[in-house]
Parts: sequence; structure tokens; C-alpha cells
Amino acid sequence: MEIARDLDDALALAADLPEAELIAGGTDLMVEINFGRKRPEDVLAIDRVAELRETSRNGRVRMGAGVTYTAMLQGDHGSRAICEAARTVGSPQIRNAGTLGGNLGTASPAGDLLPVLAALDATVLLRSARSERRVSFGDFMTGPKRSVRRPGEVIVGAEWDDAGPAQTFMKVGTRNAMVISVAGLALVVDRARRRVGVGLGSCGPTILRAPEAERFAAGLFDEAGWERATAPGEGARREFGALVAAAARPIDDVRGTAAFRRHVLAVMAGRALDRVGAIA
Amino acid sequence: MNELRLVVNGVERRTEARDGESLMTVLRERLALPGSKNACEQGECGSCSVLLDDALVCSCLVLAAAAHGRDVRTVESLGSAGELHPVQRAFVEAGAVQCGFCTPGLVVATVALLRDNPEPTDIEIREALSGNLCRCTGYGTILEAVHRAAREMYAG
Amino acid sequence: MTSTLSTPTRVRGVVGESTPRPDGVPKVKGEFAYASDLWRDDMLHGATLRSPHPHARILGIDTSQALTIAGVHAVLTAADVPAGARFGLMRRDQPPLATDRVRFAGEAIAIVAADDIDRAREALRAIRVEYEPLPAVTDPIAALAPEAVLVHDGENVIDEVQVLHGDARAVAPVVVTGEYEVGMQDQAALGPEAGLAVPDDDGGVTLHVATQWLHEDLGQIAPCIGLPMEKVRLVLAGVGGAFGAREDVTLQIHACLLALRTGRAVRMTYGREESFYGHVHRHPARLFYEHGARPDGTLVYVRATIVLDGGAYASSSPAVVANAGCFAAGPYRVENALVRCVGAYTNNPPTGAMRGFGAVQSCFAYEAQMDRLAAACGIDPVAIRARNGLVEGDRVITDQPLIGSAPVAELVARIAAAPLPAERSSDPLELPGGAGNLTHGEDVVRGVGYAVGFKNVCYSQGFDDFATARVRVLRDEDGPVVRVHTAAAEVGQGLVTICQQIARTEVGIERVELDRADTSIGSAGSSSASRQTWMTGGAVQAACREARAELEARAAGHGGTLGTIDIQDLLEAPIDRTVTHRHRPTEERTTYMQDHGHVAFLLAAHRAVVDVDTGTGLVKVVQVATAQDVGKAINPLAVIGQIEGGIAQGLGLAVMEELVVRDGLVHNASFTDYLLPTILDMPPVLADLVEHPHPDAPYGAKGVGEPPAISSTPAIVAAIRSATGRALSRVPVRPDDILGLSDGGPSAAAWRIVPGEDPRKAVRA
Repeated sequence: MEIARDLDDALALAADLPEAELIAGGTDLMVEINFGRKRPEDVLAIDRVAELRETSRNGRVRMGAGVTYTAMLQGDHGSRAICEAARTVGSPQIRNAGTLGGNLGTASPAGDLLPVLAALDATVLLRSARSERRVSFGDFMTGPKRSVRRPGEVIVGAEWDDAGPAQTFMKVGTRNAMVISVAGLALVVDRARRRVGVGLGSCGPTILRAPEAERFAAGLFDEAGWERATAPGEGARREFGALVAAAARPIDDVRGTAAFRRHVLAVMAGRALDRVGAIA
Repeated sequence: MNELRLVVNGVERRTEARDGESLMTVLRERLALPGSKNACEQGECGSCSVLLDDALVCSCLVLAAAAHGRDVRTVESLGSAGELHPVQRAFVEAGAVQCGFCTPGLVVATVALLRDNPEPTDIEIREALSGNLCRCTGYGTILEAVHRAAREMYAG
Repeated sequence: MTSTLSTPTRVRGVVGESTPRPDGVPKVKGEFAYASDLWRDDMLHGATLRSPHPHARILGIDTSQALTIAGVHAVLTAADVPAGARFGLMRRDQPPLATDRVRFAGEAIAIVAADDIDRAREALRAIRVEYEPLPAVTDPIAALAPEAVLVHDGENVIDEVQVLHGDARAVAPVVVTGEYEVGMQDQAALGPEAGLAVPDDDGGVTLHVATQWLHEDLGQIAPCIGLPMEKVRLVLAGVGGAFGAREDVTLQIHACLLALRTGRAVRMTYGREESFYGHVHRHPARLFYEHGARPDGTLVYVRATIVLDGGAYASSSPAVVANAGCFAAGPYRVENALVRCVGAYTNNPPTGAMRGFGAVQSCFAYEAQMDRLAAACGIDPVAIRARNGLVEGDRVITDQPLIGSAPVAELVARIAAAPLPAERSSDPLELPGGAGNLTHGEDVVRGVGYAVGFKNVCYSQGFDDFATARVRVLRDEDGPVVRVHTAAAEVGQGLVTICQQIARTEVGIERVELDRADTSIGSAGSSSASRQTWMTGGAVQAACREARAELEARAAGHGGTLGTIDIQDLLEAPIDRTVTHRHRPTEERTTYMQDHGHVAFLLAAHRAVVDVDTGTGLVKVVQVATAQDVGKAINPLAVIGQIEGGIAQGLGLAVMEELVVRDGLVHNASFTDYLLPTILDMPPVLADLVEHPHPDAPYGAKGVGEPPAISSTPAIVAAIRSATGRALSRVPVRPDDILGLSDGGPSAAAWRIVPGEDPRKAVRA
């Protein structure tokens, strides 16, 4: 068990113990340990690394891996959808402990922040004692709970363009709080950069994008004017929803059926387009 | 074994923890503080809630060895020998206690809530306590207890 | 200090007051000792190895590796249990550790005791078990077929009942049929199963345990650990909720075996996952119904076939089967009824007691049927229930008259008159999907539903049901005190408060202290069947009345009365009275269940208001109004707590709680995937306490624990049906059912059964 004092210390320890499990809030790793599914030899705690708790905003947003969900809810961190996603996470107890880096590190398809990072086209920042890598979020996850993070690397944060207020996140679970995502959707309309991003959670082995739906929606904004609030018609809403649902690769599991996931993705997409369209 | 020093309820405690052992287990099994309850061990029920450096967390999800040197406040720190904390008193008086297994966690969560929000609305209470499962009460009396505690703590 | 004995009305905390519970203070301080908090220097930790297979032959168990691990003190298998030892609540059919065969995934095979829990778990991993998997039967209807895999010797029928009332072939102009299914609900008490077994110097053992019935546990434990009953002592440890799950033996025998083998105190505590494997669940049910009525909605007949999945061992299935059958027509007047109810052995996890106990399953079906009937007759759901509802003196389908209960029509009228909730909120947190930010009002529709339910209180059908109480009146340095000792299990329901209130009322002394429940006194029976207020309350009342009579006699002996003489002067010798209380005897089951098999009936009605998001299929229950005949509210605040808590469990069954078992394997043994309602899921409850006293009950007070969990579920589902127009014949209702992505129907639909006929004649649809 090692406790990193600062970032250099964390990177040095990670280099010494490349196979160590990293722990910040513990909300994922400790469940695995408590249920006997993991018995890590080495653990490296990075929750005291102050550098990882910083956020900066300057056209581009850089959020440290150690920022907790609670911190995301307090103050403006440059993404309304991140804030909405953080609010859907667990309970106050979980939000006080869990972090951006933990959500990325676990790389679960049900990770609540991840569809937002996908929709924002975020970049994941990885560092080791020797080097720093920037990985597009689209390349970061390689499968359920698998990512490109290498032994010895620490996720130090994520970066994205400050995309403005036209963005939202919503998630379906079969309880009104404290529930793991059965399907999640993030929609970002970056009016300044004329870009639409759609991220889907719990609907495939990794977080998915919906490129055709994004192109379709971009077409709508091309037509209506990117700067202006618009109300997409019923037909457009339905088409967008259908394209989002078509991008999903869901399975049946104990939390929900594939058919349900596709269905609610379409519904969420339609509502998201309405809400985001109205924000200019 | 990991050597461990914690400040628990204002007192420095030296103990140890096995690899992977949670703060909840250390409190319950090594420090004789069983008030933090063992109901789910996956952060879903809130029964083991404590304040860790003032932040409300589930102690079952805190790796004990990683908490070395930190400040922990458990339900046992509330009130004094002769007197209950207003939140504790409100839970008793409002009938918010049945089997009581969820109660210490709810009391700690309510103390944290009322510290940050002296006059919470119903829906604010529900959101703040949504991580504390209760299987007995149906929550109606808990809601009442929180309002009652808020009145006692801040209305006077 | 001088104190004359007050009259009961001057004493605080008597019957009828919302006095706080005596264990409330230690519970809010975190000082109350639950079973999992028990601790001894030098104690060992026990752990259990369980079967991964739903059905398999055990070819061999090799514990040698496990025994070599430092810190492991014992590894026990069936070979260490007395030959032929079996336990079980109503039928001794389960070996404490599997012998040659495992019958469900999760069955205990071996137990270990070690210095710490990690070492114990390491030992479990080191045990080698060789299995030969066998075909498993996991569909309870298929289990009844002649060619089915047999779970035990003999057919897979645990028990069956037939109710025949009036004409089995009655006809009616209006007929509605339906097939229904109830999924497997779990009690999910927050306190995990736990116990501490301590070897005694006489070769016996003392077990401190969280249970619902100390004496029943004792009777099952002793033969399985090879000790006479008098060498086994049980003490009630703090119980973190029960709801039926602690009626059965779980780790009791195991902890005692390990303590006796090692000569050391052994504590066992289940984690949440193991808890799901360790205790019985609510019986899943398939229900096939036909109702006949006159065009005005008056019932003519009810015919039903009910199949309950009893899982691998009997537990309390025979009584659950009888209940589901007895209550199959609901609290309605119906001249003709034919009901068959069968409990089947399968290779699924065993099922047994849970709050509502058989009445929950049939209520879901008959209340759906009543709504279908109302629709068919063109009358509203309130009217059809009022028209057919039982009144005092009416006979239920088992021919027993309803005595000492408020009319069903009155309960229904009260819920119908309760104020409706405000218009829909605009805060997403208060809308379907809650924290998920799903709807801001889009696609939200509201619905209202009604349901009525009933059930027995106390044990039925000839069971010798009794409770014992010892009451002492004495004086100490703080003055006069009443000490009450029973073996009744306080599981959270508040019996301790009730006992104090009764003692204060009857003796007239405010200071009442309770001794810890244990087996040094006679049995109190189980904390189940809503019976402890009636039974242990009745025993305490009777013993207190004897003590009061003695005080009065002593006062007279001193030439005065209780109002004039210092009470201390009357207590030079303590008063000590022990009473065993029995309710009026009930009749044993007859062939067609036409008997006075129950002590009395409990009735409640529920109205639910829901908002449904028709886009996502998610539900927010907005309000539940209830009227419940409690007889007499001994502690109104505690009654409200029972009502709201029971409704929360009913809500859970309606929309989220199901232990998902496929091919005999549990898929969601955690609180991440077995979802309990949170405070954001639970709506405000409007509770109307109707006090229609029962002549036989102490103070007229009926049990209150179960009715809230019976008709709340069908009321919520009826509200979802009214909001969406979907048929919804299965609980929990899944979003797929609301969206029409599934057929919304039960897997019962895979079978054709004529309602009222023997389910052995089922054919695959």
C-alpha cells in the first residue's frame, strides 16, 4: 500500500509498481475487493494528489482526474452535461468520493461521465514517470472495463473544448435514484464550432458515438442556423432518435433488455434534441 | 498488515489493517466502533456513513490503509454522554427508528445535510438521503425527523 | 421517596400513546448491539462454502488443503454432522451441510472456522468439491409433470390445498379470465444474518443470534448438533429487520457446530451477497383465474389455480400454500369458489416466509381480476369493491365468518375520499426517472388504482399457538419497577414498546424494563403472522393483570388501597407471575378447507396515484392513500411506521424488486442489482387508521404489519394500468411491459391450465 503525496510521487510509485491498482475514491475498486472479486497485491492511493483536483477553463477545459462528482456539481466546470451526469451518479456519499479519473480508469460502459466525454470529443491525459500521452476518448476504451492505459500510467485528467451551454445528459435506471445506468445519452451542440456530439452509455461494450445521428443533427442546425434556438419538428426528432438507436449495440442483461435500451435511446435522443435545440 | 494512524472522533488511534480491508471493518472490528453498520459493503445502502475529513462517505468504500492520517467522525461522536445530538433526538421522537440498522448512517448523513443546508425542502432531503436505504419505515418518519431536527437546530 | 401507585391514566406511555421506543436511544447512538456487532476476545470467524450448481451429485469433498492453512481451526462437512440430521421449519427435509447431492445453487456444503475472515475465505477456496451436474427442474409447473426430474424422493409437490365452496361448476353471464405471475421478492432486511456461538462448560452451547423465533430455532438446532435441547441456549441478539427471512435457520447450526468442534466462540456474519443465498425468499407464483359475475358486478364465482415455486426445500411452503388458497378470492362475498393451490419443489433457491405470506401473491391476481370485472360490467373499481366487499358475519370462501372487522366498503370509501395529490411537479427529481433527468414533463400520464386485501393474524389451522410472559413487580434503589421477560423477538416492529405500554397500563407503574429475550423462558412463538401484539401482548397483559391483582390484595392486607399506600411498602417481596397465553383454538384443515381455520382477519385498502413516462416506461408513485382496520392503535406512531414500511415493500414488488433466477442461478445477489426503494421512490402516504376492535384481541388490537404489504402492490399496478392502458399481469412491472416491448404477460402464459383444475394437468401453450 502506497499513498502518493503529489503527482511526481504518484508517477514514481506507479513506475515502481506498474501493476498496482490505483485508488482514488474507492467506489469501484472497493466493491470488487469487498465481494472477493479482486485481491490486489499492490495498491497506490492517489486521492491526496492536489494537482489532480484542479480544473482550468480557457476556451479549452482541463479537468483533473481527482475532481469528485460533488466538486463537478459545485461551480462551473465548463460542461453543463458533465454537471448533469455527475448529479445522476449514486448518492452524496458516492459523489463525495468518486472521481473523473476513477470513472475513466474503471472504463465501465455504464460510467456516467463517459458518454459526455465521448460527446465532447474529449482527450484523456495519461502520464507515466517518463512520458505523457494524449488519447482521444474514442480510442481510450477498448472493451468493457478495458482501456489503453498501460501499466505505470496514471490518468491525470481530461480535456475538451468549451462547447457552450447547449448540451445535456440523461440516463435511464429502474429506480429514481442510486441506480446504475441501463442506458445513458449525452448530446453536445457546440454552436461556435458547429459540431454535434452524441455519446451513448450502457449500450455496447464501450461508450459509443452515433456519427450518423450527429451528421443528421448538424444538418438541422445548418438549416436552422447554428446561433439560434430551434425547435426540431416531430419528424426530425424521430429520425434523430432512430439514428441514435441504430448506433447502439446493446445486449440483454439483468438490468434491461436490448430492445428496451434501443427504445429509450431513441426517446432520450428526441428529448435531448428538443432541450438542447432551445439553448442558444 | 498495514500500520495505520487515524484521528477517530477527535482521538488519535493507532491500529492496523489487512490488505484490502475497509475503513468500516477497521472501525467495527479493530476500534470497537460498531455504529457504522455492515449492510451491503458496496456503497449502496449508506448504513456505514462517516465523515472523512468532513466529507460524507461510505466507510465500506474507503480503503483503510489509504485513510492513514485522516480525520474520521462516526455516529459515536455525536451528542454527549447525557444528551443526544438534535438529529438523534429527532429520529427517536419522530418514530424514524424501527430495526435501526440504517439509523446511524442516516443520522450521520442528516448531520452532514443540515450542516450544509439548514432549511432543506422535502425534495432536497430526499435527494440528500437517497443513498441511505431503510427497509422498515418507508421513509415518511425519516423525512419528518429531518425537518424536526432542522427546526430544533436553527429555528431557536 | 414515597410513591403511591398511580391510576393507569396518570401514568405516561400507556396504551394508545405514541410513546418512543425504549431501544431508540441506543440505536441512534450506534450503541445497540446487533448480531453482527457481537465480539469476543479470541473468537473465531466462520464462513460457508456453497454450491455453484442448482442440482448436482457430490462425488467427493477434499478439505485437506484447507486444513493446512495457518489459522484455520476447523473445516466441517456433512461427515461431521450427526447422521440423518435434517432441519426445516415445517418439514425436516434439509441437511445442515449437503450430503450426496446439492439441490439449489447456494446450498451449504462445508463450513470453516479461522482466526480471521480472510483466512476463513482462503480456506473455502482451498476446499475441492467434485460435482456431477444433474439436470435441474426450475419451472414449478413443469416440476409437477410425471416425467419431471425429482428434487427429493417422491413427487415434487410440497403441499397442496383445494378450496371448494358452493358449486364448483357455477355459471355467470359475465366472465373474466386472467393469468398472472409474481416474481421472486427478497426480504432484504438491512441487518445481515449473524450469530455468535459460545461453547459452555457443560458441553453445551449458547447461541446469540438474530432470529424471529428462538424456540423454533432451538428445536431445529439441537438434533443437528447432537445435543439434547437443554444443553442448547439461545439469546436474542439485536435484529436488523426480518420480514420473514429470519424464520428459517440459516447459520445457527453451522455456528454451533464450529464452536463445539473448536471449543472457541465462533461468529458468523453473512455479507450481502451471501445473505441472498442464505435465506429463503418470497414464493414466485403463477396464477390462473376466472371470475363470474352478474351484469351489475355482483360476484357469482371465483375459480383459481395457483402454483407456488417452493424451491429446493420445504421451509414454510405448506402454510404459504394454504394461505394463498384461503385468500384466493379476496375479501369479497362469493357463493361459489373452487381453488387449487400447489407448492412445488424445484431446483431454485428455497422460498418461505415473507410479509404477507401467500396472501400477497393471490391479492395481486384477484385485484387485477376485480378491475377486469369492473371494466366488463361498466362500473368503476371503487363501486365493484364496495358492492362485493365483506361485512361482519359474511363468510369467506373457507366458510369462516368475518368477525370483528370493519366493512370492506367502509375502507374503500375512505381511500376514495382521501385528498388527491397536487398536479404534476415540474422538478425532474419528482418525475419518473428521478435523478436521471429523463422527463421534464414530456410523455407523463397519471393514473389512479385501487386494491383491497386481507389475511389471517396469528397461526391457523389447529396449530397450538401460544406465548409466554413473565412479569415481576419489584423495588430497587430507583423505586418500583415492572420487569417483563418474554422470548419474543423484537425485530424492529416495536414489540418492546408495546410490552412497556401494556405493562404501564395494567400495573400502573411507569417504569417498565424488559429483560433480554432468551430460551430460559417459555416460547413466545414467532414474530410473524402479525401476531406478537395479540399473543405476546396478550400474555404480558394477562401476567400484568395477575400482578396488579396481587398488589391490590397486598394493599387490602395493609388496610388500604393502591391509591393510598406507598407502593414501596407492598414490594418487600417481589411479585412474580408467568402466564402462557393462547388464542381461541382454530380448526384443522379439512379436505375442502371448509373450516374455521383462522383466528381473525386483517383488512386494508390502498389507493395509488402514479405518474408514468410513456416514453421510457418508468414510473413514479406519487401518493398512496390507505385505510387499515387496526382494531386499536396501541401506539399510533408505530402503526404508521408499519403501514408506511409495508407500503414501501409493496411498492418495491410492484415496480422494481425481483431476485432474477434463470436456470436455477441467481443473477442479482447484490444491492446494486436487487433494487430497494429509496427515499426518492417512496411517496407520501395518507394513512387512515380504522379502529374496529376485535373482541378476542388485547384492547381489540389486531396485527398491523402485513396488510400494508398486500394490497399496496396491486393498487400501484392498477394505477399504472389506468395510466397506460396496458394489461400488466406480472410483477414487478418492467419498463418493457409498459412500453409494449414485451408481451407484458407472465411466463405463466406458457402453460394452459383451466382455473380451478389440478395444475398437474397443465399443457404447454
